Amino acid sequence: MTVCLLIKLAVILVLIMSRQLHARRIEGVDKNIWVEFTQLAADYQVVNLGQGFPDFSPPSYIQEAFCKAVNGGCSMHQYTRAFGHPPLVTILAKFFSKVVGHDIDAFEDILVTVGAYQALFCTFQALVNEGDEVIIIEPFFDCYQPMVKMAGGKAVYVPLRPVSRGKALTSADWVLSSEELASKFNSRTKAIVINTPNNPLGKVYKREELQLIADLCIKHDVVCISDEVYEWLTYDGAKHVKIASLPGMWERTVTIGSGGKTFSATGWKVGWAIGAGHILKHLKTVHQNSVYHCATAAQEAVAVGFQREYEHFGTPESYFLQLPERLQHKREKLAACLESVGLQPVLPEGGYFMIADISSVKVDLNDPSTQGEPYDYRFVKWLIKEKGLATIPVSAFYSPEHSKDFENYIRFCFVKEDSTLSSAEAILRNWSNGK
Amino acid sequence: MNLTHRSIRSVCHFININCLRNFSSSKGIMTSSRHTNSKRIEGLDKNVWVAFTSVAADPTIVNLGQGFPDIPPPAYVKEGLANAAAVDKLNQYTRGFGHPALVKALSQVYGKVYGQQIDPFKEILVTVGGYGSLFSAMQGLVEVGDEVIIIEPFFDCYVPMVRMAGAKPILIPLRVKCNKKTNIVSSADWVLDPAELASKFTSKTKAIIINTPNNPIGKIFTRDELQMIADLCIKHDTLCISDEVYEWLIYKGHQHIKIATLPGMWDRTITISSAGKTFSVTGWKLGWSIGPEHLIKHLQTVMQNTLYTCPTPLQEAVAQGLLRDYELMGQPDCYFSSLAVELEGKRDRMAAILQDVGMSPIIPEGGYFMCVDVTSLNQDLSHMGDDEPYDYKFVKWMIKEKKLAAIPVTAFCGDASKKQFEKYIRLCFIKKDSTLDAAEAILKNWNS
Repeated sequence: MTVCLLIKLAVILVLIMSRQLHARRIEGVDKNIWVEFTQLAADYQVVNLGQGFPDFSPPSYIQEAFCKAVNGGCSMHQYTRAFGHPPLVTILAKFFSKVVGHDIDAFEDILVTVGAYQALFCTFQALVNEGDEVIIIEPFFDCYQPMVKMAGGKAVYVPLRPVSRGKALTSADWVLSSEELASKFNSRTKAIVINTPNNPLGKVYKREELQLIADLCIKHDVVCISDEVYEWLTYDGAKHVKIASLPGMWERTVTIGSGGKTFSATGWKVGWAIGAGHILKHLKTVHQNSVYHCATAAQEAVAVGFQREYEHFGTPESYFLQLPERLQHKREKLAACLESVGLQPVLPEGGYFMIADISSVKVDLNDPSTQGEPYDYRFVKWLIKEKGLATIPVSAFYSPEHSKDFENYIRFCFVKEDSTLSSAEAILRNWSNGK
Repeated sequence: MNLTHRSIRSVCHFININCLRNFSSSKGIMTSSRHTNSKRIEGLDKNVWVAFTSVAADPTIVNLGQGFPDIPPPAYVKEGLANAAAVDKLNQYTRGFGHPALVKALSQVYGKVYGQQIDPFKEILVTVGGYGSLFSAMQGLVEVGDEVIIIEPFFDCYVPMVRMAGAKPILIPLRVKCNKKTNIVSSADWVLDPAELASKFTSKTKAIIINTPNNPIGKIFTRDELQMIADLCIKHDTLCISDEVYEWLIYKGHQHIKIATLPGMWDRTITISSAGKTFSVTGWKLGWSIGPEHLIKHLQTVMQNTLYTCPTPLQEAVAQGLLRDYELMGQPDCYFSSLAVELEGKRDRMAAILQDVGMSPIIPEGGYFMCVDVTSLNQDLSHMGDDEPYDYKFVKWMIKEKKLAAIPVTAFCGDASKKQFEKYIRLCFIKKDSTLDAAEAILKNWNS
């Protein structure tokens, strides 16, 4: 009797395992650097300059707005409009119409999503068919590649390269080759993804550079997906230009933004996609069949935030001027520190991050658990475990095809309290002195 | 760049600029035929909520349509959110697969409910509502060409989600049992035909979706009914996706049973639940999937490639709410029980109102909704044309003429079953007394 039962159980187990459980669309997209590295940073006591989030609070007016929403009427805790809470889409339309120079329809041209991440997902799922090609500029925010893959698309990469070998002192020195870029476009190209200011490099694309891309999009009838989550964070007077504002581009661009990055509240996960209605409607179809609604109270708070910013736009009270000013100083502080210990930073024109060349640093990476991994992964893990400093390996932002060529950079997030940056400084100095 | 090239570029720019000047609204822009929808969303753009919720937003309309409370959530839940948002760290990213405090609280609560240890990090995924869990399960586990069995009437998103995964929905209706001694129909009278159900399973069947308590009918599947489904799942090596968002809203005399607790089912079941429905905060959009690691890991893969993480302060607040109610589980003060008691009163009141005006409601054993057969009202809608099922026409007419909103039940079934369900409308009764009073007044004065 027991033997029969055991055999029965064994058969059941074999049956469960015998057919493939998972769908093919998730093959090859199961690894994720954030899952891996945020776990590590949590496991060790670290000074965390890794994942991109502030360790200071959002501005008080936005926290107040959230509290007010939470204590507001019943409706703040129930479903709102699926494609975006009306006060939020209304103010986004009003605000960005001014910036883009085009009348944006709040209800046709905007979709609110769970962070910019979900806006990216909706865009790829809405537009990319099996076999479509999507051009991705390297280095790129890592999720673009698995999202294209999951949509059945083929990623085609084109790298930013430092203008001269050796010293590449600022992100402005990393440029595209126009011939190389043009060669990537063909009849199968569905879209190109750009990210400005760029993560991890910090490059802020100039108008001429965007025009180059725009010309190709128009020539080849390609959609431009423009990830602009760091749009307010530019330094040294660099100007953020929206590719959607270039002639012929509004009708073929999806511009993605983030409440989390705008208001230093990454944990709220409020993002949006803005673009011509005939494209946005397809993103809405994906959205209504995947999450359908986004949380109401957070949307209400972001709406209040934008209303305030609309009123203070261009004035010293604007958070969109105050934050980059604060961050500029932090950027200098970190860059100086990295240089002083023999790391070579690439000064970013915008964004949250700075990459640094670790070639000149020699360490004995004798951790057997990281054997076989790319050099920068091993270095970062060693830095976490041995020095208590968390960063992110830059080869994670390159295609599988090219990552081997970029294993000598690591990424630092400088959107941190000065005390955090000082702690990082202390660790690096001690390490440098101890050599 | 030579002169010809420059001239062509100028002409192109001129044309583009003129296009922008003439067609400054998106409606007028000349659209490229290449920028159409991807194949996976072909035909999935229509949606019953888009059709009906904007209409019901009119404050003069008594809204018993979309399923959300107009009663406030418990005070401690709102306080929990306000407290969470005051902590700096809780306004930034948390763990992608679920905020540690929340998955640990879920592990505690459901560990007790299931009677087994549930690993908070490997056997739980936090998602954007129950909806997000359904999507993650479909995308992670359902392959192009698979078949997925769906029981009618079904929460409307199941079919488009199955189709978006490239799979084929196989529908089977609940049917009302005959031979009733009284006229009162309960959701328990709506049952599956065992032979019919068995016939739906084929070698292509990847999963069956069950929803208990069911939306819209309110049926709570009995242990025997679940065992019948379980036997077929095991026989055909099929997965079970069990949507249990209304799991706490169980009325007297009934018991909610988790199919995952039946022998052989834990390893093949994803159980989905909702903070929104549990704590009356549908606008928080938090839900979770619970299941074995070898299945949950695929949902986690979907999560990390779709939206990565859910909002932090909301997850913290739900964790605090769960811990509070965990201590009170089994006692009348526990919100999981007290809400059910409150709703049962509203259910009974709604049923009485409908019966008083001669209609035949299906008394739900659980959940937010009551379906009612409107045949006895004899409403002639022939002036509204032939292109929609009767219930769609009836609801549109009722919203316009009677200022009362409901949802047509054929939105929850496939084409083949429309005739079976087209005399039913769905009413949501998780509403404050004044809303139910207003609905009563409209119904009492129906013929005036």
